Amino acid sequence: MKGYLHLADGKTFQGHLQGSLAEEGIAGEIVFFTGMTGYQEVLTDPSYKNQIIVFTYPLIGNYGINDKDFESKKPHVAAVIVLEAAKTAYHYEAQHSFTEYMEKWGIPVLEHVDTRELVKCIRQNGTMPALLSLEPVCESSCDSFNGLKVQEVSSVAPESIGFGDTHIVLIDYGFKKSIADYLVEQNCLVTIVPYNYSFEQIAALRPDGVLLSNGPGDPKELFGQLHEIKKVIEHYPVLGICLGHQLAALALGGDTQKMLFGHRGANQPVYDVNSNRVFMSSQNHSYAVNQNSISSTGLKVRFFNKNDQSIEGLYHEKWPLMTVQFHPEASPGPEDSVFIFEDFINTVKYRNRREVSYA
Amino acid sequence: MPKDTKIKSILVIGSGPIIIGQAAEFDYAGTQACIALKEEGYRVILVNNNPATVMTDHVFADAVYFEPMTTEGVEKVIQREKPDGILGTLGGQAGLNLVFKLSEEGILEKYNVKVLGTSVASIKQGEDREAFRSLMHDLNEPVPESEIVQIVEEAVAFAEKIGFPLIVRPAYTLGGTGGGIAETMEELISLVSGGLSESPIKQCLVERSIAGFKEIEYEMMRDAAGTCIAICNMENIDPVGIHTGDSIVVAPSQTLTDREYQMLRTSAVKIISALGIVGGCNIQFALDPKSKNYYLIEVNPRVSRSSALASKATGYPIARMAAKLAVGCNLAEIINPVTGTTFASYEPSLDYVVVKIPKWPFEQFPHIDRTLGTQMKATGEAMAIDRSFERAFIKAVRSLNIKTLDLRLPEFEEYTVEQLYTLVEKQTDQRVFALLELLRRGEEIHSLHEKTKIDLFFLNKFKSLTDIEKDIEGLEIENITASELRYLKEKGFSDSYLAKEWKVSEKAVRELRKKKGITPVYKMVDTCAAEFESASNYFYSSYLGENEATVKSNKRKVLVIGSGPISIGQGIEFDYCSVHGVFALKEENVETIMINNNPETVSTDFTISDRLYFEPLTLEDILNVIDMEGIEEVIVQLGGQTALNLAKGLEEAGVKLLGTSSATIDMFEDRDQFYQLLDKLQIPRVKGETAEDERELLSAVRRLGYPVLIRPSYVIGGLNMVVLRNAQELNNVLVAGSISYPILVDQYLEATEAELDLASDGEHILIPAIIEHIEKTGVHSGDSFCIIPAQSFSDKTKRLMAEYAKRIVHELKYKGLMNIQFIVKENEMYLLEVNPRSSRTMPIVSKVAGVDLVKKATKILLGKYILSKDEVLLNSDARYTCVKHPVFSNFALKGLDSKTGPQMISTGEGISIAPTLEEALNKSFHSISGKALQGAIAFADKNELLEAGKKPANLNLIHIEKVTDHQKVTALYCPGTSERDISLREWAVKNRKIVLTQKETLNALLKSTTVGNWDVSSLDQWLTETSEEVMAE
Repeated sequence: MKGYLHLADGKTFQGHLQGSLAEEGIAGEIVFFTGMTGYQEVLTDPSYKNQIIVFTYPLIGNYGINDKDFESKKPHVAAVIVLEAAKTAYHYEAQHSFTEYMEKWGIPVLEHVDTRELVKCIRQNGTMPALLSLEPVCESSCDSFNGLKVQEVSSVAPESIGFGDTHIVLIDYGFKKSIADYLVEQNCLVTIVPYNYSFEQIAALRPDGVLLSNGPGDPKELFGQLHEIKKVIEHYPVLGICLGHQLAALALGGDTQKMLFGHRGANQPVYDVNSNRVFMSSQNHSYAVNQNSISSTGLKVRFFNKNDQSIEGLYHEKWPLMTVQFHPEASPGPEDSVFIFEDFINTVKYRNRREVSYA
Repeated sequence: MPKDTKIKSILVIGSGPIIIGQAAEFDYAGTQACIALKEEGYRVILVNNNPATVMTDHVFADAVYFEPMTTEGVEKVIQREKPDGILGTLGGQAGLNLVFKLSEEGILEKYNVKVLGTSVASIKQGEDREAFRSLMHDLNEPVPESEIVQIVEEAVAFAEKIGFPLIVRPAYTLGGTGGGIAETMEELISLVSGGLSESPIKQCLVERSIAGFKEIEYEMMRDAAGTCIAICNMENIDPVGIHTGDSIVVAPSQTLTDREYQMLRTSAVKIISALGIVGGCNIQFALDPKSKNYYLIEVNPRVSRSSALASKATGYPIARMAAKLAVGCNLAEIINPVTGTTFASYEPSLDYVVVKIPKWPFEQFPHIDRTLGTQMKATGEAMAIDRSFERAFIKAVRSLNIKTLDLRLPEFEEYTVEQLYTLVEKQTDQRVFALLELLRRGEEIHSLHEKTKIDLFFLNKFKSLTDIEKDIEGLEIENITASELRYLKEKGFSDSYLAKEWKVSEKAVRELRKKKGITPVYKMVDTCAAEFESASNYFYSSYLGENEATVKSNKRKVLVIGSGPISIGQGIEFDYCSVHGVFALKEENVETIMINNNPETVSTDFTISDRLYFEPLTLEDILNVIDMEGIEEVIVQLGGQTALNLAKGLEEAGVKLLGTSSATIDMFEDRDQFYQLLDKLQIPRVKGETAEDERELLSAVRRLGYPVLIRPSYVIGGLNMVVLRNAQELNNVLVAGSISYPILVDQYLEATEAELDLASDGEHILIPAIIEHIEKTGVHSGDSFCIIPAQSFSDKTKRLMAEYAKRIVHELKYKGLMNIQFIVKENEMYLLEVNPRSSRTMPIVSKVAGVDLVKKATKILLGKYILSKDEVLLNSDARYTCVKHPVFSNFALKGLDSKTGPQMISTGEGISIAPTLEEALNKSFHSISGKALQGAIAFADKNELLEAGKKPANLNLIHIEKVTDHQKVTALYCPGTSERDISLREWAVKNRKIVLTQKETLNALLKSTTVGNWDVSSLDQWLTETSEEVMAE
């Protein structure tokens, strides 16, 4: 069946539609991901909630879908645009083929599209609303549902995983499973709490540290939480990842801005001011902390993007706060920055020791 | 950290003559390194005795030394040049070994030369088996257990310790033969005892077998600050067990999950950081297809063949960056030259699939052992890029210039399924075609996977292609729809394949296709999957979506057709010529378009031409580029025979060829026309006839008398040429039934051969030098030692050679490059052959005579240059003599006899320049033996020994039967053709002895021993001294 992707800027791309599509089509913000592997992690990363994702690598689904590489329980993307989607899978771990899996969750795949041309449009005009439709001409609006995406992907009740002396509260704005896995691997007890938990609720859990997770959408939509976040930062060692990084900056008086087309891929070069080195990072964001906005917040830049100089990570001059725009948990992408978790746990433990000795 | 400013001059070590396993990729790497270092303002001194390279051009280095690449040779260069730094990690294993040896011998310390890039200690840790294992143990990185054994019992003990399967690799065998995989103790004992007797040093490596694992490579870069990135990963379609140089390779990996990709990448980062690599590094892993277990196979602490491939596959110029890192620059400071906006500290993201297929010499030598294993046998490779695996794969196959029709190897159609399975299990170069044929016969991918362990992903892709082949059979050109045809083109099937299937002409398919608007678009290689805007000029064809190659200018536009994968007989010299042609065009402000598919070369460096198209060198693909670009003029003279063979088709399609028309080509290649031409111009030639069948052959031989030379028309590298000396030899050939008619039969004169290269404007000719061959006729010119300028011909003979050349040029109003071969017997001289194109010797004579022959010729073709007079630049009164020596790779090709003859077998060449012939010969033999010649020359025949006369200084002459210690034998002289001779030569090759198979070569060697010492000089010094003397006179 033919399918059509209509972009808000007026362009239309035709392709072969795999899977079912409602009569009115499906709308979402269109974004592209440049990693050559890792489609399963991307599909199930809650940060991609309701987005239409374009994979720049032309062959998607080569190794199927397995049980081990999910970042959450289900796919969150609204639709997928690829050049070629694999209908078979032969990898020893594969449980489903890519197309089977997408069909199972009712996510439409538009195949046989010149994704390179499409990416160039997004590169020029930015991420924008788009509509995947059966109609060759777009009559309805491309605008998608503008609700609070975090609410849709966050957990509704606290849950604990892992075991250990260190207790980390993970505020769930739509966290990737790998983040929790890394903490558990570091012998942490992790309590995952809903995004709208108050400072008091968190304090009642007596955490040793708090992790502000990644999540979808504009950080400013969560303005209601900023006050609570600030209090958390003032009381506990905090690690913010992606959306969590942006929220921390906002909570301390900084500002964020929307980027033209964001960073989504596995090869974003991050410069570490401390080590004077560049490492590759996995990223997925449309918003960035505004460089000029942090001057009086006590926040200092530790990491910045080597390509566009955007802020990639902050620390606070007074509080034990570390935030990163990239994804140290990788999945998908390079594992160069897992040290962020180690640093965080060390900070937490150091503070614990100090408190013990002063007590 | 900024670049090192304490250093002013840098000695760059090239990789020397081309051998199997070390080829054009190091010319590309070396050229990039020289460009990068000059860009940073260093004085670049280059040692490389390979004259066919682009890097040894005076524009890339400040001083070029064509000197022996031994510690002795390089020490002399160091003494003379006093460089501050030395860079050896861009000259392949040869360069790395040389720097290592110079350091071990204290030479670098003595002259205070700093090793740039990866330190010698790191190199040692990477290369020394035990040091490397111990480091990997510390890092907790798995390496397959292995042990070097000298007796069977050691192997047994090892097996008892670690179990089976084990792989046995005898050291130094020909083409890696004698090894194998043992599943049981019995098999192990038999393999090891066989292997020990096969190995000249009586040594085998016994290793845990990981055959069947996925073979994955990463190309890494690391700077001194510790930034470490993966430029590209690659997956071998052939699992572990076949050398990566002999494997079909895809980039990026196709069957690895992100977890697996990152697991290996993380390991690579860890290992090369621990090794302290600064620059490029290749690392190879074996990954269990059924678990996350992996092993480290190999680390190459230098740029490599794979890094050349990775550079072309991603657009990221690894060698150029590696050279900058070596002088202290950091990745984060260097701009990514492809995008121009991002930095080099960045991992490319591909939005296409790259397929590389090796080019093997087996089509030329069908009788030799085609089995692939741990010893690389390929001489070159072709690469293709597309948005689908299918089309990239077909394009790569079509780029190989072999006798397939797309994916069909016609001879397999006769094979039974059993025969095909046997071939599949034998692991030869033809395996992939046997697999495809089996799929056509309906065999299941799972059963092929069982036999080959090739991942089902790839087998399934192959299956889809053979399914489409069936669809094509069912279609008819009369009623094919546009969408059907578009689909077939998207999947990669060529017009010629469709034409054959539909029983129409290729032109008919092409016209239909164009009528239906089905033409390829061209996509950009930009390193970043379109994330950033990029000014890249590097393109590949595809059949979907937007055309990105739309830059239009009003400049005159010329297409240069490259020479494709390197094969024996068509080497790197044609890349040199293509690159020089491009330079000339650029100097004349002409827009240059390059089409080629060889990832190893300089011509496919996107900075060379204005636009580069990575495409098969077939009429269809070239015409597609011509149509899209609106090209009017094409040069086919530069890319060797491959490009020349396209002339007719291009002309028929209405393309204007600069310089060479197909009528001219026919004039020289059609023997009857050629002989008529020579007769008309009163140029003496040998007697010859064309035989259409056996009867005509017999009568031709009767008329001409023995010996005769028989050969097919239009060949590369003397393919299938045979000298027949008597009725018995003729009978052998007839019985073997290997002759395909029509065949050319020529009188064969035992005489001296000579050749010359020239550039002509139709009126005057420019000849850099006349070249004299040391070996007699019957030895292919590519396998001969040569003297430049010729020394033993009379002035009259040389004048006549130039005169005859001029007659031909005049008669045909020929413009451009030409190579002419002669035979000289006493005072008689015959013209043997004319090649209306660039030649193997052009780079040599251009360099030695100090003239840009190819550039001049190209400018003539453009109509921008004329010659004012006839000239032979280098005469026998020149103050120096150059010797060219052939270099052979027989060690890699079991079954290839090293006796030289009409069919070329050498893979590379080196030159030496010295004041006298003897000294130049001495340098050449020094190069060949890797050190000053000493020890003994063993003679196969006692009588020849007696004839050889007086024993030279430093060398013994001894009959082979009298040899007691084989170690002391340096060379074997064995010109015979008996079974014993052949096996003696094989013994010598296996034991890495110099093999002399012609009397004249032996004499040259003996002559070389009359001088004891030699000095080094840069080419510029030779050239200036000469011109100063000329001025003084």
